[in-house]
Order: sequence, then structure tokens, then C-alpha cells
Amino acid sequence: MDALTSNAPLLVFMIIGTIAVAASFLVVLMRNPVHSALFLLLTFLCVAVLFVIKSAEFVAAVQVLVYAGGIMVLFLFVVMLINYRHLPEERVMSKVWLGGIAVGAAIFLLFVMIVRTGAYHDQVPNPEKKLNTVKETYLAEHPNDPNKLVRRTREKANRNSEAVGMALYRDYLVPFEVISLFLLVAMIGAIVIGKRELSAMEEETAPDYMIERVETEKEVKESMSA
Amino acid sequence: MLSATLFAIGLVGVIVRRNMITVLMCIELMLNAVNINLIAFSYRLADLQGQVFTIFVITIAAGEAAVGLAIIIQLYRLRSTVNVDEVKTLHG
Repeated sequence: MDALTSNAPLLVFMIIGTIAVAASFLVVLMRNPVHSALFLLLTFLCVAVLFVIKSAEFVAAVQVLVYAGGIMVLFLFVVMLINYRHLPEERVMSKVWLGGIAVGAAIFLLFVMIVRTGAYHDQVPNPEKKLNTVKETYLAEHPNDPNKLVRRTREKANRNSEAVGMALYRDYLVPFEVISLFLLVAMIGAIVIGKRELSAMEEETAPDYMIERVETEKEVKESMSA
Repeated sequence: MLSATLFAIGLVGVIVRRNMITVLMCIELMLNAVNINLIAFSYRLADLQGQVFTIFVITIAAGEAAVGLAIIIQLYRLRSTVNVDEVKTLHG
């Protein structure tokens, strides 16, 4: 208990971690998808706080923006669109719930064993000290390293976003471009998937309208090319 | 440890829930657990790679959520259900 009160980040970690675990349990257990989504939001915010504790401020900001801002809105939007109240009343859990819990428990035990036997486990009573030693070893190993990223990061410990930006745009430029291409592909894919069935339904219900639409599309294309 | 717990809960959720939207949420939960792990090791090893990869994971999660939700909407339009067990067409 003494260690907890003297170590504020650890205390915050304990509290936030407990909230995150409880919220994620509720995500799985809640019957109403809207409640699940809101507890998922709580989990995301807790994870963002954990990122701040681990001095990853930029990633925490991205987490809040992308997850809490984007993905949650998307989920809530779909929940509203689907209008689950009109669905027939059903059991929440799948038929394979026992197997699911068994697999989950097995994975959890596996991870716990990995953490327990992990080599890093007994090395980290003091993270600050650890950072210094890693920095020193890095400097010793790479005296003339043109990439001063790690050194720079540690020297400007408060400039997390600058360091991450440097890493992202200099060392990981190709993965960054690939990931932006991936986002484009995902966006186009989502639009196509969301649109195609609509036209098929139109084909079933109103073939005349469908033909008319294809013609208008052709006209638009011609006017754009002209 | 926390990461392992979150991941296990997410995995159980993926398998156990019948509502597809909740299954997607549980996948997000698992990705978040991985992110916690990456950030923790990035901090511990004083290396920025973990944070960069966390950003990539977040991006992938966003794309995956978008495509998954589009598929769910299509499925709902087609079959009027979001229940995993009822969608068995691929069984033949």
C-alpha cells in the first residue's frame, strides 16, 4: 500500500485499469447494443489515460479522436440504422458460449504465464532508470548513428508528438503511405459494399428506375468528359 | 496483465455474442488490448516503434470498423437480422 500512495502513476493505473476491465466486461454482457457502445467508449477513454501515463500523449490524442470520435459515432450510427427493437427477441449469448468462455480463459491463462515467465518482468522496478540505461546502451552501440531519433526522443521527453511525427514521416514513410492507401481502399470498399445492395434492391422493385438511373449516370459521365 | 485481461474479454465476446455489432465492438476491444501492450513496451524499451505501430493499428481498426459495419448494414438489408448464428448461407 505504501508503494501505491507514493507512486501516483501506479495508483492511477490501478484505478483506470480496473474501470477499463469492468467496462469491457459490461461491453460483452450488456443486452442493448447502445449500452455496449457507451461502455466501449468508456474503455477507450480509460485506455487513452493509460497511454498518457506511459508518456504516449500523441497516441492518446489519436485514440480519443479516432476511437471516441470516429469509430463510436460509426457504431452508434449503425445501431440506430439497424433499429434492433424491430428484431425478434432473442437470447443474447450464442450457442457456443461455454466453448467461448473456455477459449477465452485458456488464452488468458496463456498470457498470464507468458507475463509471469517473461524476461522483462524482473527488470523494471524503476522505468526512468530503465530508460536511461537503454539510451546509454543505444548511444554506446551507435556512436555515429545518423538516425538520432531515440536520442532526440529522450532529450525532449515532453515533445512526444514531434518525435512520433519524425518517426512516422522519416523512418516509417513507406508503411505510412501504404496505410493511407489502405484507408482509401477501405473507404471505397465501404461505400461500394454499402451501395451495391441498394441498386440490386432497386433492380428487384423498380427496374424502370434502375434503367433511368444508369442512363443518367452515363449522361453525367459524358457531360464531365465534355 | 491488463492487456491480457482486455484481450481475453474481447475474445470471449467475439465468440459468445450473437449480435454482430457487439462482435465488432469486441474486436475493437482486442485491438485496444494489443495497443496497450505496444505502448507499454514502447515505454519500457524507450523505443518509438511501439507508438508508431499503435497508430497503424488504430488506422487499421478504423478501416476494419468501417468495412465491417458496411457489411452488417448490407446483411441487415438483405436478411433483416444481425444474428451471427442465423447467417449460415455459406454452409451450403
